[in-house]
Amino acid sequence: MPRVCLREPLKRLAGNRSEHALEGGTVGELLQALEQRHPAASGWILDERGALRRHINVFVNGELGAQDTRVGGEDRVDVLPAISGGARP
Amino acid sequence: MTELLVGTRKGLFVLEGEPGSAFAVSARAFAGEPVEYALRDPRSGRLLAAVTSPFYGPKVFSTDDPAGEWEQADGIALPEGGDAALERIWVLATGEAEGTVYAGGDPGVLFESRDGGATFELNRGLWEHPTRAKWQPGGGGMCLHSIVTWPGEPDRLAVAISAAGVWLTDDGGATWRQGNEGLVPRYLPEDTPEDDEIALCVHRIHRAPTRPERMFMQFHGGVYRSDDAGERWTDVAAGLPSDFGFPLAIDPADADSAYLIPLVADMDRVTPDGRVRVYETRDGGASWAPRGDGLPPEDAYLTVLREAFDWTGEGSGLELYFGATSGGVFGSGDAGASWFDVATHLPPVLSVAASGLRR
Repeated sequence: MPRVCLREPLKRLAGNRSEHALEGGTVGELLQALEQRHPAASGWILDERGALRRHINVFVNGELGAQDTRVGGEDRVDVLPAISGGARP
Repeated sequence: MTELLVGTRKGLFVLEGEPGSAFAVSARAFAGEPVEYALRDPRSGRLLAAVTSPFYGPKVFSTDDPAGEWEQADGIALPEGGDAALERIWVLATGEAEGTVYAGGDPGVLFESRDGGATFELNRGLWEHPTRAKWQPGGGGMCLHSIVTWPGEPDRLAVAISAAGVWLTDDGGATWRQGNEGLVPRYLPEDTPEDDEIALCVHRIHRAPTRPERMFMQFHGGVYRSDDAGERWTDVAAGLPSDFGFPLAIDPADADSAYLIPLVADMDRVTPDGRVRVYETRDGGASWAPRGDGLPPEDAYLTVLREAFDWTGEGSGLELYFGATSGGVFGSGDAGASWFDVATHLPPVLSVAASGLRR
């Protein structure tokens, strides 16, 4: 089963666990499953449209992915804040 | 003792002190995060803060102890599955009804809480208003930035949206109508049909609590007064060095009073002539007088944002406070007659909320 890996503050919102084995065929489905299991994290990664927030990056097995990236097996999905260099301070 | 809740680009700063000398930072929260606005609910003593993480989106939190744990409010989101997402919460305000707290944000939305800010619901009357498709955002987004209650009448409310103008309700937000008559948007072509004048860039409104029909407005090029609860507006900018600016304050004891901090113009949003001066009227805008004793007199090009000017007290005990994007906070303990440095080296100031602390 694919795993979603979180760091603070998302880890705290998801039951203080950094790794979550979840069912889903895409990154987006995994993140929806994560929100359903941990409602406190709802709205922090996906917005009301169900879209990945603009400055959140997802990496699938170390490579930059997207919401529709296919996942399965033992895939690992890291959810990280983007390096938003150049943003207004 | 006075408390200032200063929202900055790098967190919330709680300042405490007595007028006349620098305040101390008693707490900092949400380090590194933009805190758009914070207030202390005078009924419960609880603090609320609107925080817009660039990564995790806009949220509202509340606490009894700003240095301790904050609880996230439920319901600060647009309807799921739609085309829009909440961009930012600009302002919080306590309502007239027990436990009521409002939150205004982008895209031109109002949320209402009836439990002191623990849970919020989107105001559907405004969200589903049939003119919404014509609303246009201002430079900072389509922000609902002013929420003006009516003392003793919880169903009467005025809100202002940049750039969708003033909206009025008399039925607790079930229905809304525009209150824009008399506003002159100089940034639109002169031949724009009046029906299309929805792009009205109101920067800030306040109501005089002792005469609630009396309101003042800082417009995007214009300063206005209304004597009929925001239905019609009259230009009262004559005598100011500029009719452009963002924040606005009042003396709650005097319905003829207002305070402004003019900026040069929309293309040059700094204090005019390198001088920082607050302008005061005590005759409903018929005349304006500069109040700058103690404020930077030269080589000072400050920008003061719309939520970054507030007051506590009234009459001769009126205290005024404002913060600049350059990190300075200034205060007056004598209704603007003289000013002092409250704090000099904060991050860019987004908002200031003042309240008296009982000790």
